[in-house]
Amino acid sequence: MSFRQDIEAAIPALRRYARSLTREAESADDLVQDTLVRALRSEHLFHGGDVRSWLYTILTNLNRNRLRSLARRPTLTSIEDDDAPDAAGPEAGGRDIERALALLVEDQRTALLLVVLEGLTYREVAEVQGVPIGTVMSRLSRARVQIKAYLDGERPALRRIK
Amino acid sequence: MIDHNSPVTEDELHVYVDGELAADRRAAIETWLANHPEDAARVAAWRAQAEAIRARYGAVANEPVPERLTLAYITRTRRSWAGIAAAAAVAAFVIGGASGWIARGASASAPSEMEVFANEAIGAHRLYIGEVRHPIEVKAEENHLLPWLSRRVGTALRAPDLSTFDLKLLGGRLLPGVNAPAALFMYESGSGERVTIYISRTTEPRTSFRYKVSDKFGALRWSEGGYGWVVSGPDDKPRLKGIAERLYEQLDIRTPASAPPAVAPPNTTRSSADQLISRRGS
Repeated sequence: MSFRQDIEAAIPALRRYARSLTREAESADDLVQDTLVRALRSEHLFHGGDVRSWLYTILTNLNRNRLRSLARRPTLTSIEDDDAPDAAGPEAGGRDIERALALLVEDQRTALLLVVLEGLTYREVAEVQGVPIGTVMSRLSRARVQIKAYLDGERPALRRIK
Repeated sequence: MIDHNSPVTEDELHVYVDGELAADRRAAIETWLANHPEDAARVAAWRAQAEAIRARYGAVANEPVPERLTLAYITRTRRSWAGIAAAAAVAAFVIGGASGWIARGASASAPSEMEVFANEAIGAHRLYIGEVRHPIEVKAEENHLLPWLSRRVGTALRAPDLSTFDLKLLGGRLLPGVNAPAALFMYESGSGERVTIYISRTTEPRTSFRYKVSDKFGALRWSEGGYGWVVSGPDDKPRLKGIAERLYEQLDIRTPASAPPAVAPPNTTRSSADQLISRRGS
């Protein structure tokens, strides 16, 4: 497959990953759009390798920038609205996992989502995050411990901020 | 199955859940789990988490892709964006006029990667120029300075000769960087003034020169060919500009002139930012 076909084929998965990161359809698609624009602009810089991992890397970095800028403008940060309509799945279980994910540190959330949702290998995640595999594993481990604690009922105070 | 009976580590349990475990160890793990209900419960919980995540978001990949995310749409609109970006760069140069060509300030929206990048560079500059005894890790006289930093940063680096600015290379050090390892070169003038050059990979393909003053330091940044550059020193715009131009010339040597520009200049305004700089620099 050509470079562009590889990118095109990855778009549905990028949308899924972006949605799980932003939890909001519009920002998720903005993130994907930015990722694609950058990927195309940098086409001449891509010298082989896995296009998919490269796209995940760009998206992950853009999301980190996005979060940093949100953090600097706290008034514009929308605390997740529990009652917001969401096409993805309104069942209670989905909401719980969504909140549990939202409480994770960014790098842990990214690592977990890349593995369980996107099916990347530990090695690929290590490349995306630019860290050793051992770091990926400890991020996964911490993410899982925290989610379990949350779902088991140790829900932090962030439960309902409106 | 040498270690059939060896204790199972937590790492192995994750590897097992994520399907990355070697087949010959799987049976051992399953035996272990049958005899260790606590571990079995953890594994079950992790699997349930993964299931819940996939149930929550998996279907997004089956939704039809909105038109604005198709490559056809993006390539169609990209040309005009590129035109706007290049025109903006040219405008900044023209407005700068006699007082200088540096675009001041960035867009009011989210900080770009290069802004974050420049902040890192200024932070490093501020931290290390104050060091009297250990401002650098490897001295300029040591032959491995450039090969080492080049290898870690991922491109062939050369430390520019800045003797016309009365600056002598002291040496360099390796820093964590924003996305990838960064190299910091430090120069010192006869009067003890220190200037640093910070280089690292960036996903920002090409940006024009931007000047930023932080505290009493000035920093000039740009990106080109997948790398970002920041020249930091005392807040003296013309001087830092001269140094940056000098650097840019050397960058030009490294990058073949035939390389396609990441941002195509619009047809009417041929004098894109970089052409201006190299003409002034020569």
